[in-house]
Amino acid sequence: MSEKIKIITGNDLRTGDVIWWTGEGWSRHVDNAVAVTHDADAIIARENAKQVVTDTHVIDAVAADGAVRPAHIKDRIRALGPTVRLDLSLKPADPQAGSWVI
Amino acid sequence: MYQYDQHDQAMVDARVAEFRGQVARRLSGELTEDQFKPLRLKNGLYLQLHAYMLRVAVPYGTLNSAQMRVLGDIADKYDRGYGHFTTRQNIQYNWIKLADAPDILADLAKVQLHAIQTSGNCIRNTTADHFAGAAADEVADPRPYAELLRQWSTFHPEFDYLPRKFKVAIIASETDRAAMRLHDIGIQIVKNEAGEIGCKFFAGGGMGRTPMIAPCIAEFVPALQMISFLEAALRVYNRHGRRDNKYKARIKILVHEIGVAEYSRQVQEEFAHILTLGLEPPPAELERIKGMFADPGLESGLSDDLDRSDPDFALWVDQNVHTHKQAGYAIVTISLKPVGGIPGDATAYQIRLMADLARDYSLDELRVSHAQNIVLPHVKKADLYRVWQALDAAGLATPNLDLITDIIACPGLDYCALANARSLPLAQKITDRFADIGRQRELGELKLKISGCINACGHHHAGHIGILGVDRKGVENYQLLLGGAESADTSLGTITGPGFSEDGVVDAIEKVTDVYLARREGAERFLDTYRRIGMAPFKEAIYG
Ligand code: HEM
Ligand code: SF4
Repeated sequence: MSEKIKIITGNDLRTGDVIWWTGEGWSRHVDNAVAVTHDADAIIARENAKQVVTDTHVIDAVAADGAVRPAHIKDRIRALGPTVRLDLSLKPADPQAGSWVI
Repeated sequence: MYQYDQHDQAMVDARVAEFRGQVARRLSGELTEDQFKPLRLKNGLYLQLHAYMLRVAVPYGTLNSAQMRVLGDIADKYDRGYGHFTTRQNIQYNWIKLADAPDILADLAKVQLHAIQTSGNCIRNTTADHFAGAAADEVADPRPYAELLRQWSTFHPEFDYLPRKFKVAIIASETDRAAMRLHDIGIQIVKNEAGEIGCKFFAGGGMGRTPMIAPCIAEFVPALQMISFLEAALRVYNRHGRRDNKYKARIKILVHEIGVAEYSRQVQEEFAHILTLGLEPPPAELERIKGMFADPGLESGLSDDLDRSDPDFALWVDQNVHTHKQAGYAIVTISLKPVGGIPGDATAYQIRLMADLARDYSLDELRVSHAQNIVLPHVKKADLYRVWQALDAAGLATPNLDLITDIIACPGLDYCALANARSLPLAQKITDRFADIGRQRELGELKLKISGCINACGHHHAGHIGILGVDRKGVENYQLLLGGAESADTSLGTITGPGFSEDGVVDAIEKVTDVYLARREGAERFLDTYRRIGMAPFKEAIYG
């Protein structure tokens, strides 16, 4: 079963890392992202005020079997890393990681 | 090369200190992102797809070996071991941490580099012919003029909030190696019949969503009035350029809307007024700058002999080495486009190696070309073989300059937040398909340029073959263009028709090259054949 959801993403203010809202904090791994609903604006406002994340925004995604896949290719590349440098991506050991993006 | 005086150094150092304070206040939460963003952008620090990106200016594309070495060191110390040389003759680092940014700028300042004029609606870093000072066909070295322009434009208060970004390119030969007429202002240094040096001005060129070729707005402005004329050209733009619509804000739209005659008339009127104000820098300043470029230390009386017995070396010489103005010297272009590689990327090790080669064999000078390659401008022919061996050992001796695999590509969707499609994997696939060097040479000069969106950072409008990445319902799609060019015969490419998938566009390119091979006459380049036979036969082959 797959489900269309909305998730929150942003960048770590200090490192610039792409991060995802987990319900309790922020993770670099999109699979840890949780679905948000009408509470999204309140979460973003609260987290922005802490001045540790930047460029926070809501995106569309699909949840299936415990995995989360952003709906748009741009967000999938953000979640993985550059497809031409998988060695620098979040899945350096997976030579097929690039195909997850497409 | 130019050396900073105490004023240059003080300005750059003050800027580093100021930014250090701004970053500290952002990290402590004193500044919000809305307040901080314009400040970081003014220092070349963007937020891109995966991290902060720092764009470092390389004024008019010229570097000495100490500067190049620091560029390599930064890649190791603060980034992930590589940098990306761009079509704007700059270098970008993709994985910068905010807290490190002031330290990086401080490291840069020690070797007279900075990230000023690399973002925002100001006059951006000036670009120039990458063969400046070495080319046999130049009427003068354009770099002293570019340096004067740098000094005038840096922090120019009147032009710090223009309607939009403003890019100036400067050349001094009939052969345009800097895509000069695709800039907001293009300057060609020329000599008049009396033998005096002056500037031929072009205005209103650009790429982006409405590409335009700059028309000439003044045939000859005396060199000692160059700054006054620029001041006038910018002032008219600043006054009338549109601020209501970002997509119509570049000078090209103004020149197009009011017409080149009216724009020129207003510039001339303003110019006459400015000449009465005495704004031009004193002639002594230009002379002082010229003095620093005059003699890089070229020896005379050297032999032009070359031992071509190693066939791989001979191939590289034929493709990547150009004639120097001085006998016994050559201009070497180091290709950053290996087959399967990422156009413009170089590792820290490679960057430092190129720095060493410049120190030992090129009178301490390097250039970044707008085609994303590196130039060693002053190499003795007697040293060429040694230089080639060192480059070859570091994967830097690909003999493909101006061939189909010498691709210009913007970062695209792998790194850029504005992108619609990836350009880098496509570049890799094209180089894989055309990997055979014999086949590439058979195709001859063929400039292929890829942009990941309509902003055209990869110059796709000016490619003999251009590729534009678009988003088709969330799927990457590529439009193919033919017939663009960026040299003396600048022209804009035409879209062939419906777009392609990534693999589809590689196939289409192959068909296009097949048509060329079948139809070319004599020594025609791809572009010449296209211009003679037109789009129809290519279209037929691709879609027929
Ligand atoms: C990665 C961050 C980048 C961003 C956000 C960016 C943004 C833009 C935008 C918005 C434009 C269109 C401006 C207009 O039409 O008014 C543009 C044009 C351009 N950019 Fe970039 N760009 C980026 C990277 C690059 C790189 C890596 C290069 C060099 C390879 C480059 C070189 C250019 C050039 C040559 C143009 C076209 C000339 C012009 O009309 O200004 N840019 N860029
Ligand atoms: S052309 Fe588009 S995708 Fe490529 S670097 Fe420029 S803004 Fe990014």
